[in-house]
Formats: sequence, C-alpha cells, structure tokens
Amino acid sequence: MRVVFEVNGRRREAEAPPMRRLLDVLREDLRLTGTKEGCGEGECGACSVLLDGEVVNACLIPVCQAQGTAVVTVEGLARDSRLDLLQQAFLECGGTQCGICTPGMLIAARALLDANPRPTRDEIKEAIAGNLCRCTGYVKIIDAIAQAAGPSLTGT
Amino acid sequence: MPAPPTAHSPATLADAFAILAARRAGIRVIAGGTDLMVALNAYALPAAEFLDIWRVGELRGIADEGETLRIGALTTYTDLIKSPLVARHVPALGAAARTVGALQIQNRGTIGGNIVNASPAGDTLPVLAAFDAEVEIGSARGTRRVAFNQFYAGYRQTVLGPDELVLAVRVPKLRDGERADFYKVGTRRAQAISKIVMAARARVAGRRIEAVSIGLGSVAPTVVRAPLTERLLTGQRLTPALADAARELIMREVAPITDLRSTEHYRRAVTGNLLAKFLRGM
Repeated sequence: MRVVFEVNGRRREAEAPPMRRLLDVLREDLRLTGTKEGCGEGECGACSVLLDGEVVNACLIPVCQAQGTAVVTVEGLARDSRLDLLQQAFLECGGTQCGICTPGMLIAARALLDANPRPTRDEIKEAIAGNLCRCTGYVKIIDAIAQAAGPSLTGT
Repeated sequence: MPAPPTAHSPATLADAFAILAARRAGIRVIAGGTDLMVALNAYALPAAEFLDIWRVGELRGIADEGETLRIGALTTYTDLIKSPLVARHVPALGAAARTVGALQIQNRGTIGGNIVNASPAGDTLPVLAAFDAEVEIGSARGTRRVAFNQFYAGYRQTVLGPDELVLAVRVPKLRDGERADFYKVGTRRAQAISKIVMAARARVAGRRIEAVSIGLGSVAPTVVRAPLTERLLTGQRLTPALADAARELIMREVAPITDLRSTEHYRRAVTGNLLAKFLRGM
C-alpha cells in the first residue's frame, strides 16, 4: 500500500505491505534509524514514537494504522540544529549510557512534558514506566527530565 | 517466502461486516495490535489477511445509559483511565486499566481486544466478570448480546462466530451501598502480566453481606467467578470466622496451574489473601 503520513513535520510517502511495522518503515524505508528496536514485543519502549501526539511502540503498529497520522521520532526533537531541552538535559545530567533506550526515553518524556509541563518525580516515573534502561538505574534519567521541566520542580 | 499479509482498513462498521461476511476463513481482526503484533512479530500468527478496525469510529466512545455504561470495543485503556464516567460509576475498571503495561500499551490496547484475545490473565476481565457485564456482538446478520460470564467457551476460545465483531461491553454501574475493588499481583508494577488478578464487588447493609461477586484471572483456563465462595458469603453477617472460612474456600475453589509466571501454590495462597483483604476493607 501507499502510506502517506507526516513524519517530523514533513509529508512522507512509503510503499509498504500494510502489516509492515511502523518501526521498519521508519528505520528501513525512511532511513530514520534513531528509533531503536529492543524487544520487538512492546515490553521495552526503545521504539517509542509519538503518533498523533501519543506515545506508542512503533514495533506494535502496523503501518496501515499510521496512514494519515503525524509521527514524531527522536530525529524530530531538535530544531534548527538546537537540541530539545530534554536532549540537552540528558547530556548535562548523564541520563545516557549505552544509548539504546535514549530515543525512546526522550520521546516518552516529550509526551509527558507536552501534557504536563511541571511533573512531579512520581509522574516522571509513571511516564517512563514503559521504557526499560539496563544501564543507569533511572535516577539520572529522572533528574534529566526534571531539569528539562524547569527549576521550580519540587516534591517527589 | 510467502507473500506478506494483506489488510483491509474500513472506516465504517457496515464495511467491516461486509468484509467479514465475504471472507470468513482465516481473516484476523486487529484493533490496537498490542497482542496480535507481538505474535505477528514472532512469526507465530499465520494469518494471510487482516481486518484492521482501528478506523471504525462507531466502535469508540463511552455512553451513559442510565443503569449501565456502554463502552465501545475500541475504547483504549487510556480512554478508560481518563473517563469521568468510568471514574464515577465503575472505578474498578479504571484501576484495572491503569495496571495494563505502561502508557505505550494503554494508548493502543482496547477493552474489546482484551475481551476477544481471551487470555485468562486479561486485566480488565475480572472486573467485567464481577460486574456481570454484557458483551454486544454484531455482524451483517444483526446484533446480539451475551453475558460476559458466558462469553468464553474454554481456554482462549470465545462464542464469537467467524463473521462477528465485539461492538461494545455494557457494565452495570456501582450502586449506592456497593463497594468494589481491583487487585493485581505481578512481578513488577508496570509491564507485567499478572500472577493473580481479582475484582470483587459487594453490597453490605450493617455487617450483613447482601450480595457479593468475585472475578478472578490467571487462576483457571478462562477468567472465572468464584460461585462457591460467593454462596458462602451471601446473606451472612461478616465476622472474622466467616472471612477465614471464605479465604480457605476460595483457595480450594480456584484451579491455577504452575507456569513461568507463578506456581499453583502461590496463586492459591494469594487468591485467599486478596479476598481476605477485600473483606477486611468492608
């Protein structure tokens, strides 16, 4: 099928079988390899993207369900060579080690801050509960998201 | 290599019914994909053709019908969590939805998919069992209603015909004087399939239990009720002795297995403990 959708603000087209995973269309057909594959079964969140503003696992979306939608991948976070606040905070706080979970973490965190610009630490934990990190122990990731949310953040 | 599977993505229920009626054999219905795509990715789903119902708007929405809520089959867990109607009238269903996976799954997984996937571990299913929900089923031939507690024919088997879709589930509202709770025990809070999942609902006047219903998941081939334990409790004054007897009985009444998530022994013990917790809260 001919898939027409918006990716990172640009209209894109791809020719793909309808049940092909959105993840594969992004990575292989559109060469947007920032989105990672971890488990391929919806457990790890490494392939998180925004689909019409909601965080989803791209490994569980058949591309026929992405027809006409707006997708944001990690490549869509930086604007005009300026990092997103979250990306900058991950750098500064050491929120990244091996890096495989980072694109998904950034996307899940973006979804959170878009809906709730001043989250508590508990709300941050809830928002990234579907994103597994096997390096950091999460503390620096949570610190980074809290920092990006702004200095007035208090509470647990 | 076999050709990749094809898919139809109709926008209306009438078109979806027509596709099902014309191609009964082998077509698989896909909604949010949170179960089916896992199987497809593992090459464990040999379907050549899919009916993608995600765009069928008639299957969305939660409506207040007076005594019941009618919840469209494509209502996602996120929709359930955010719904003021669910929060007010069937809070146990919102509680169940919050325990499913994490946001990525809650944004796509649907209550209709949870029902049709027919897993004995489906998180919303004990609530539907305890509330005596009703499943609305449709096809080109018309619609029919089936009691949720009669919807499963066996392990991962439903009474759905090959040309039928689940359209909605009707859940009776919690009434004044009734209490319901939802409990899920898994390995961790997020992204865990349950070891035990329970929903219980009771009407108590003074200390007397006028009615009680207990829905259980992951303890039998399908989600089940606990009729023997319900009978023991109904009409009785709630005393510590009665609570102990009920706890002992439900541990014997369930029929769990040992599998990779838990053991039969643990599941019996925790089922008893969860019931005791519910009774203590009354």
